[in-house]
Amino acid sequence: MASVGECPAPVPVKDKKLLEVKLGELPSWILMRDFSPSGIFGAFQRGYYRYYNKYINVKKGSISGITMVLACYVLFSYSFSYKHLNTYHLAFLTSEHERLRKYH
Amino acid sequence: MNENLFASFIAPTILGLPAAVLIILFPPLLIPTSKYLINNRLITTQQWLIKLTSKQMMTMHNTKGRTWSLMLVSLITFIATTNLLGLLPYSFTPTTQLSMNLAMAIPLWAGAVIMGFRSKIKNALAHFLPQGTPTPLIPMLVIIETISLLIQPMALAVRLTANITAGHLLMHLIGSATLAMSTINLPSTLIIFTILILLTILEIAVALIQAYVFTLLVSLYLHDNT
Repeated sequence: MASVGECPAPVPVKDKKLLEVKLGELPSWILMRDFSPSGIFGAFQRGYYRYYNKYINVKKGSISGITMVLACYVLFSYSFSYKHLNTYHLAFLTSEHERLRKYH
Repeated sequence: MNENLFASFIAPTILGLPAAVLIILFPPLLIPTSKYLINNRLITTQQWLIKLTSKQMMTMHNTKGRTWSLMLVSLITFIATTNLLGLLPYSFTPTTQLSMNLAMAIPLWAGAVIMGFRSKIKNALAHFLPQGTPTPLIPMLVIIETISLLIQPMALAVRLTANITAGHLLMHLIGSATLAMSTINLPSTLIIFTILILLTILEIAVALIQAYVFTLLVSLYLHDNT
């Protein structure tokens, strides 16, 4: 007996969104995605417009729409310089970052 | 400490690939386009600012010079957003790299000068000798004017690089001085912190002003040559 809400004709795995894919089907779902350059570009475009239409392209957009982007940019740049901030220098030249890390 | 200080100016790489390209491509994401007359707040403020600056900048040019207006407005927008984004912590500012500023300055200057030489060659050559110079001084003055013409792109690039780099370095130094003094002597920490705040305000101003100066000079060279 079909449970409530289950549609009778099964949807092919390729067209499902990520949250609807069952765990067992995950590898085949990943392999079926479009990883060509135009596919990746399309994914970036969709992601950009999803964010844009939700936070910026509204009647009374606030400053948080753009500060979220800048905060992500700061975190991204931090992850880039993480390796350098943790390089070992001579004892009296330790950076503040290393000192703070040591005591946490 | 020397390596620590200049480390923020190293171009970032992912596995040896220049990630600086990604960082240079980031500012356009903050400037959306629109096909409507009435837009959201972000686009409205940006369009208002662009209209303000373009009117201010392009009134002094004739019709031929105004064909450069798209180039100059996008130039000032790019330099201003890149400099302002560089004020965020841990970010990389592409305009601190002399290579990029040279790449911006030399083609623009060369374009303006070559355009001047092609269209009105007598007017362009006349710039080499200011009016009313005494006759014995003429050879030397022509040499000096030629050198000052040839040094314009270098000056454009080095001016932008040096200003932004010096500002970032000063902020690093005073910031680390504040941190160091916080454990030793509290009143002087407050003084140094005030200096840091003033310096940050100055840096915001410098970021905008440098963009303006760069663009203004390019448009001046354009004006001379159209």
